Amino acid sequence: MLVEAGHFALALALGLSLIQFIVPLWGARANDPVLMAVAPAGALAVLACIAFSFVALTFAYLNSDFSVLNVVQNSHSAKPLIYKISGVWGNHEGSMLLWVLILALFGGVVALARDSVPMRLQANTLAVQAAITIAFLLFILTTSNPFTRVLPAPMEGQDLNPLLQDPGLAIHPPLLYIGYVGFSISFAFACAALIDGRIDAVWARIVRPWTLGAWAFLTLGIAMGSYWAYYELGWGGWWFWDPVENASLMPWLAGTALVHSTVVMEKRDALKVWTILLAILTFSLSLLGTFLVRSGVLTSVHSFAVDPERGTFILGILILFIGGSLTLFAWRAPMLKQGGLFAPVSREGALVLNNLFLATACATVFIGTLYPLALEVLTGEKISVGAPFFNFTFLPLIVPLLLLLPLGQTLAWKRGNFLGTAQRLYAVFGVAILASLAMLAFQHGGPVAAPLGIGLGIYLVLGSLNEIVTRSWSRGTPLSVAWRKARGLPRSTWGAAIAHAGVGLTVIGIAATAWGVETIGSVRPGERLSAGDYEVRLERVIPRVEANYRDDVAILTVFGSGRELGTIETMKRLYVTRGMPTTEAGIMTVGLGQVYASIGEVQADGSIGMRLYYKPLVLLIWIGSLVMAAGGGLSLTDRRLRIAAPARAKAVPPSAVPAE
Amino acid sequence: MRFVLALVAALVLGGSAFAVQPDEVLKDQTLEKRAREISAGLRCLVCQNQSIDDSDAQLAKDLRILVRERLVAGDTDEQVHTFLVQRYGEFVLLKPTFGAHTLLLWLTPALVLILGGIGAYAALRRRPQNATAVLDADEEKKLAELLKRDQV
Repeated sequence: MLVEAGHFALALALGLSLIQFIVPLWGARANDPVLMAVAPAGALAVLACIAFSFVALTFAYLNSDFSVLNVVQNSHSAKPLIYKISGVWGNHEGSMLLWVLILALFGGVVALARDSVPMRLQANTLAVQAAITIAFLLFILTTSNPFTRVLPAPMEGQDLNPLLQDPGLAIHPPLLYIGYVGFSISFAFACAALIDGRIDAVWARIVRPWTLGAWAFLTLGIAMGSYWAYYELGWGGWWFWDPVENASLMPWLAGTALVHSTVVMEKRDALKVWTILLAILTFSLSLLGTFLVRSGVLTSVHSFAVDPERGTFILGILILFIGGSLTLFAWRAPMLKQGGLFAPVSREGALVLNNLFLATACATVFIGTLYPLALEVLTGEKISVGAPFFNFTFLPLIVPLLLLLPLGQTLAWKRGNFLGTAQRLYAVFGVAILASLAMLAFQHGGPVAAPLGIGLGIYLVLGSLNEIVTRSWSRGTPLSVAWRKARGLPRSTWGAAIAHAGVGLTVIGIAATAWGVETIGSVRPGERLSAGDYEVRLERVIPRVEANYRDDVAILTVFGSGRELGTIETMKRLYVTRGMPTTEAGIMTVGLGQVYASIGEVQADGSIGMRLYYKPLVLLIWIGSLVMAAGGGLSLTDRRLRIAAPARAKAVPPSAVPAE
Repeated sequence: MRFVLALVAALVLGGSAFAVQPDEVLKDQTLEKRAREISAGLRCLVCQNQSIDDSDAQLAKDLRILVRERLVAGDTDEQVHTFLVQRYGEFVLLKPTFGAHTLLLWLTPALVLILGGIGAYAALRRRPQNATAVLDADEEKKLAELLKRDQV
């Protein structure tokens, strides 16, 4: 009964979304506050319906209701409770439901931010949001209904894909979706501004927290996914340039550019048209990502034809929203007035350069991901574009961007002094170069990339700190005064510095992978295998039986420079229901590095194949991402960006910032 | 978003062991290192975007052994690539060759960067003229009045 109610609530949400789409749009045109007020009410009602529907599906999973097809296909009564919950979104239908739930949640928050968003803007924004909701609800109801019943109901479910039975699944998709879908708000605000034909710094101030929040969540989601792949897939890699990963990287790159261009717009009332375009593009790339992953077109052009209904539907949504918004942009953007002026060498100029590099990097990932597909469709020729291509093209775009980052961060607004700025950074640059040289000398002909990359990372971290130091301390200032000054700096300044330092940490982690050691060998109990300064001894292999899987556990003792550090377990796991084997890596964290072991099959002579890695500083890759997201989060708490703050700020007309 | 990758990996993992196996490793370390580097650039033809170095599929194993056999027989890296492309087509290379069919692929990054740079520069140059607001007739009249009043 609850299942049918959930299905009905979804249909009801569709009807309510239609109202939320049409009435406020009309109200905004007719300037009728009563009609415009339908928008927030509608958004909250839609949220309530979709939330109910999601809860209904969750209950079906919790109760192992095998009369529901979706539960049968993705659950099992013996599955641990946490995976019964996370299994709700561990499949196509459920994940789409999560997608619209988050969409509705964002709509609800915009609806509640009544005081901070001007009424017309809110009405138009929620109308655009409703349009997206309608499209995806139609998609779910017509092609991907999670509430379909089976008759007769089977006794037992088919279990969730073993690789997804991991805490990673509980966290990764929601984070990623909050990021993806969060950009729909920036998109909706951009369309609303275009519909209204008006845009100013107030708009930027309202939109910036949403963009920043979405960006921070997307950062976390991608980092989480990367770490999950690292420990679950057992190859020790952390980024594979897989099309599915690229699908999330593209909106991240565009979103990063957007976060930066909104700063220019908010502070200097410039780059308006570009910011609007970027907001549209970022969400378009989120939609594209959803399409690429959900349609199956990536796996093969042919699988698209096998399940044409879903793929074509999302393709339709894609064309409708991207085409529609770009048409709106082409029609309305010329009417937008340009704002503040700046010299090429200035903070604005540096941020334009930042946007140029990020946009190019995004275009590179885009063409690399879609080119093989397009080529096959057009000429039938089959080529592969993989990691070597991306490493070759992506790095030359990112390295200059990173080199410019501390410089740009230090430049003054409007008109900067390049030499003066460079002078403020010479100590940072010097330390980074010295560190690189020292490492080069010390490592006796190891990979050159590692010291250079780590030097770059150090330069980024110190450059960010330098920003805080030079803004609060000058020669002769007592430390206590400097500390008070530093604490008095806006939170967004701190947030930017921390996020940029996070980039540096990630760069260090990535560069240090060049120092990683890998050993492949076969070992018998009592024998040892070594990688660099680390060594493991295989103690024994024992079988272990759990509720829904069986393990062959290899117990390893880890030695570092001859000293015993402890034991780790690595497993060959067999999920009984699906008869599917997986590898569970054994990982020991030593400082910021990790000793990583995974085993293969037991061979005929009783030995067991093993891969052993030592990965120095590898944790910095993800710690850096966490720091980036934390920096974004800290910026969000800035007084100026708090949801209620813009109401006060509105009193100051945007033109108060003097133009040159 | 990783479901597909995970799913594919799961399918690939099914029934076999893991990537490079101990018995495949060559005794000669320089040759082995070259073999690993070449393998990382070759696509496992039955997998989704995996190199043969990472893949557990039987075909990937066969290709890894093939690469090592060629290297032991004295082939250069280039010859190994040519041999594999002749046998399996360009699909096997994870980094496509530069040619008429991949022109757009290879040139897009540079084109976007250069055209974007020119566009941004042009927009910056053009701005100063745009920004001077032009007064309409009414405003001109008002301004003239105000100025006149000042002179009095």
